[in-house]
Amino acid sequence: MNTLFDKIWDSHVVNRIEDGPQQLYIDRLYCHEVTSPQAFDGLRARGIRCLRPERIFCMPDHNTPTHDQDKPIEDPVSRKQVDTLEANAREFGLSYYGMMDPRNGIIHVVGPERGLSLPGMTIVCGDSHTSTHGAVGAVAFGIGTSEVEMVMASQCILQQKPKSMRIRVEGKLGKGVTPKDVALFIMKNITTSGGTGYFIEYAGNVIREMSMEGRLTLCNLSIEMGARGGFIAPDETTFEYLKGREFAPEGEDWDKAVEYWKTLRSGDDAVFDREIVYDASEIAPMITYGTNPGMGISIDGRVPQVADIPEEGRASFSKSLSYMGFEPGQQILGHKVDYVFLGACTNGRIEDFRAFASIAAGRKKAEGVTAWLVPGSWEVLSQIREEGLDKLLSEAGFELRQPGCSACLAMNDDKIPSGKYSVSTSNRNFEGRQGPGSRTLLASPMTAAAAAVTGIVTDPRELMD
Amino acid sequence: MRQKFDIIESTCVPLPLENVDTDQIIPARFLKATTKDEKFFGDALFRDWRFDREGNPVPGFVLNRPEFSAEPSEGVHQILVAGKNFGSGSSREHAAWAIAGYGFRVVISSFFADIHKNNELNNFVLPVVVSEEFLAELLAGVESDPQLKVRVDVPAQTVTNLATGRQERFEISAYKKYCLMNALDDIDYLLERKDIIEAYEKNARAF
Repeated sequence: MNTLFDKIWDSHVVNRIEDGPQQLYIDRLYCHEVTSPQAFDGLRARGIRCLRPERIFCMPDHNTPTHDQDKPIEDPVSRKQVDTLEANAREFGLSYYGMMDPRNGIIHVVGPERGLSLPGMTIVCGDSHTSTHGAVGAVAFGIGTSEVEMVMASQCILQQKPKSMRIRVEGKLGKGVTPKDVALFIMKNITTSGGTGYFIEYAGNVIREMSMEGRLTLCNLSIEMGARGGFIAPDETTFEYLKGREFAPEGEDWDKAVEYWKTLRSGDDAVFDREIVYDASEIAPMITYGTNPGMGISIDGRVPQVADIPEEGRASFSKSLSYMGFEPGQQILGHKVDYVFLGACTNGRIEDFRAFASIAAGRKKAEGVTAWLVPGSWEVLSQIREEGLDKLLSEAGFELRQPGCSACLAMNDDKIPSGKYSVSTSNRNFEGRQGPGSRTLLASPMTAAAAAVTGIVTDPRELMD
Repeated sequence: MRQKFDIIESTCVPLPLENVDTDQIIPARFLKATTKDEKFFGDALFRDWRFDREGNPVPGFVLNRPEFSAEPSEGVHQILVAGKNFGSGSSREHAAWAIAGYGFRVVISSFFADIHKNNELNNFVLPVVVSEEFLAELLAGVESDPQLKVRVDVPAQTVTNLATGRQERFEISAYKKYCLMNALDDIDYLLERKDIIEAYEKNARAF
C-alpha cells in the first residue's frame, strides 16, 4: 500500500478485468532481433499495425559480432535475424538503431543512455533483463513474444499485479565490494526464486549513494532473484544522469518533469508484502561456483557441503558441481581461469571499465587467459576512449571489442569452449550459457580484472592500493 | 497451438530437478529462428540434456528412457512433472514453444518462474502449481509406475493423482480459464476494446 510501485503501476491501469489480470498501459517497448520476429508475424497474420509506433524502439544486440561490424555478419542465420528486425522496423514505421549506428548497443545500456527510459514510465521488452531500466525509477519488466505482440497491437499488456518487496542495504560497503557483489549477495540469501511474484524496491543508504551505473547493475539482476523487476526511487543522482540526454525533456518540460519525478517515492506509511534489510559490512566480493546465479560465495569462501543443502535440492546441487568440475567444500580462490569476459547489460558501462582498468593498470594480462572486453554500446566505447582507458588497457595487453551482448549468451561467435572456465561479469552461469559445455564463474568487473592479470581466481582486494 | 482445454487425463514424464532454467529448456543457439515452427522447437526441447554433441540421444535422460520416450498423444505423456522453480531465467518464449511443440499440454510443478508461466499460458500449455507433498508423491509414483495417470480438470480447477487419489485445487483466474476453455488469446480481448485505451491516453501524463 502506498508504495512507489503502487503509484506507478496504478497510474498506468487502463482497465481491471474482473477475476483476471489488469490491463496496463506501456510507455516504452524495446525490441531486439531475437524475441520480436514472431510478434511481427503475428501482427501480419491479424492484418494490423502497431497502435503507437512512436513508443517502440528497435535495435539488434544479441547476434551482433564484436568485430568488423562494418561488414555483413558472417553467420547467415544471425544475419537473417538482424536483417529481419530492420525490415520489420521499416515496414511498421518504428525507430531502428542498426549496427554501426552510434546509438546502437545492448538495448538495456542504450535505453537509459539515450534518455529513452525515464522515471515513472512503464517499460517492457522481450528480454528478462528489462528490469535494468528500473534504475531510473521506472516499472520495467521482461515479457514473452506473445506479449510483445500484445503491446505492439494495443500499447497495453494484461498482467497480474505483482506483490511488492523492499530490500534495504544499510551501512558502508567494504573495500572492493561493488553493486554486482551486492546483487550476488542478495541472490545467495533469497535464492533465484526468492523474488518470484514480486517487484523489488531497492532502498537504504548504500543504494542512495550508488552511482547510476551501479544502480543499473543492481536492477539488472532483479530477474536473477526471480523478481519480475526491481527499481530505485529517482533522486538527484537520477536527474543528473538523465539531464541533457537525447530523449530527456528539455527546458521548461525538464523542470516540470523533475517536479513530478520528485513525487515518485514510497510513502512513509508504505506497506510492503515483504521487507528485508542487509548490513553492507557483511558483503564481500562474491563469486559463483554453480549453475545458477544464487550459487555464490564470498571470494575467499568454500563451496557448501552436500549436508548443507536441503534434501530435495541435492540432485540439482550434485549435477551442478559435476558440470562445473568442483567438489563440495573446496575453495574457488586460486582456481585456474581460461577466459575473462567484461561486458553485458549487467556490467558493460563506463564505470565497469573504469573498475576493470583500475586493477589492470600497470599490470599485464596473464598468459593463457583470453580476455574479451566488450563495451555495452558505442557511446560507452567513445567514453572509454575519451578517458584514455583504451590506452591503459592496451598497455596491459587487453583489446577492446565492438559493442553487443557477446559472450553473455554466446549467440554470436564469442563462445567459451567446452570445459573451459570463464570469470564473467555477465548475469547467468547456467549450463552452456556461454557456449556448450562452458563453465561460468560470475563476478564483478574488479574480480574479473584480478583473474585476468593473475590467471587464477583472485581476491581483488589484494590488488588494490 | 490454440487448443480448447477441458479435462486432460494422461501419463506423465518426470523431471525431478529444481531450477530448470529456460536456457536448458531451449539453448540460445536455437533462438535464431525467425518463424514459429513447432516441430523445430519441439525437437530442440532440452537439447543439451537430451542429445550429446554428436546428436546421439543421452540414454539416461528422461525423454530417451524407453518407458517415457513415446511421443505425447491422447492420454500418453501429455504432462511434464518438474521440480520447483521451473522456467527461471531468460524470458524466451521459445521455451514455451518447445514444450508445446514437443506435445506437452500441462506442466506440473510446485513453483514456476513468472515470465515462463505467462509464456506457457499464452501458448495454451497449462502450468499447474501443486504442493511440495503432491509433487514429491507424484514424482516418486511416476518413477515406480510409468503408467500412472494424472487427471487435470480445468473447469473444476483440480489435479488428481489417479494412483493414490490425492487431489488438489489449483489457481487460475476466471478470465484465463475462460480463455483456455475457449481457445481465445489476450490480443483478441484487447483489440475489441481500443476505445478505452484511447480514453486512457487522453488523460495520461505525456512522456
